[in-house]
Amino acid sequence: MSVVAQSAIAAVEGNVGAIGYGLAAIGPGVGVGIIFGQGVNAIARQPELTGVIRQNMMLGFVLTEALALIGLVAPFIYG
Amino acid sequence: MSTPIVLASSGAEFTPPGAELFDFPPLFAGGPEWLTKPVVLALLGSLITIAFAWSAFAKPKLVPRGMQNIGEVGYVFVRDQVARPFLGKDAERWMPLLLSMFMLIWFWNIFAVIPVIQFPVASHIAFPAVLALSVYILKIYLGMKHQGPVKYFTNLIPPGLPKPIYVLLVPIEYLSTFVLAPFTHAVRLFANMFAGHIILAFFSLVGYWFLIENPSWLGAPVGVLGVVMTILMTAFEMFIQFLQAFLFTMLAAMYIGSGLHADH
Repeated sequence: MSVVAQSAIAAVEGNVGAIGYGLAAIGPGVGVGIIFGQGVNAIARQPELTGVIRQNMMLGFVLTEALALIGLVAPFIYG
Repeated sequence: MSTPIVLASSGAEFTPPGAELFDFPPLFAGGPEWLTKPVVLALLGSLITIAFAWSAFAKPKLVPRGMQNIGEVGYVFVRDQVARPFLGKDAERWMPLLLSMFMLIWFWNIFAVIPVIQFPVASHIAFPAVLALSVYILKIYLGMKHQGPVKYFTNLIPPGLPKPIYVLLVPIEYLSTFVLAPFTHAVRLFANMFAGHIILAFFSLVGYWFLIENPSWLGAPVGVLGVVMTILMTAFEMFIQFLQAFLFTMLAAMYIGSGLHADH
């Protein structure tokens, strides 16, 4: 049995950084979804304010995306 | 079937492309080590930007013709979408910097989907890092000049909050303004171009491998999928390239604005 377990462990190859980035992408993924969902909602309610809403949508998007970007470079820094 | 040695070098197994896509030898043997394809493309991008601005704005006419039409569309876009919302009445003063920054980054990014060239300059982090660093230095210089060398740093902290909050707020505020903001400014552009280039290389390699290099009945649908995805992702990448040039310029305008006026 231990041989089977060992071979199963040996079969897992790759970089832990990939898992780390997957975890780091969860939060920004939810956040970006909320931002664009609410943004589209707001534009549907107030179409005449589309320009202002899109501006703030983009601003919120880049700030949220920053977390995913830190997750992307963390494996390179600590790897 | 006789496949050339170069194509068969990866053996019978499909190997996805990796970071080696971004390593380039010197352009010609015996040349200086820094003279690689990305450097030449970066210079080409700035030359195209200069040529574009020159042909559009060197001899402006009241009724625009030819290149001036295209240049004015770009100018109005950057002014209305980027400069005015963040800089207000100072917008016109900063337009030369913002427009040329937008054009330069967009040309750099577009190189990724132009046949033969096919390399996004910004996927080497040095290029976006220099742009972000110059915006960062400009931001701090403007802040010290317009708000005062000490006042600039105290203006970042909103007054009138309960005392214990400041223990948390002050480090977070300084960390995000002086460390994370320039860092993400550069990495955002870099990461998008880096990932986009790998995605395009991956799908086109899937198509090439399963249809031409190692064709089989079972693999053919995968190869067709790879070709279709390459076309779709190229279109998507072109959208991302424009968006990243826009976002980089927008953040630059925001940082310049934060130096000129204290946050409200």
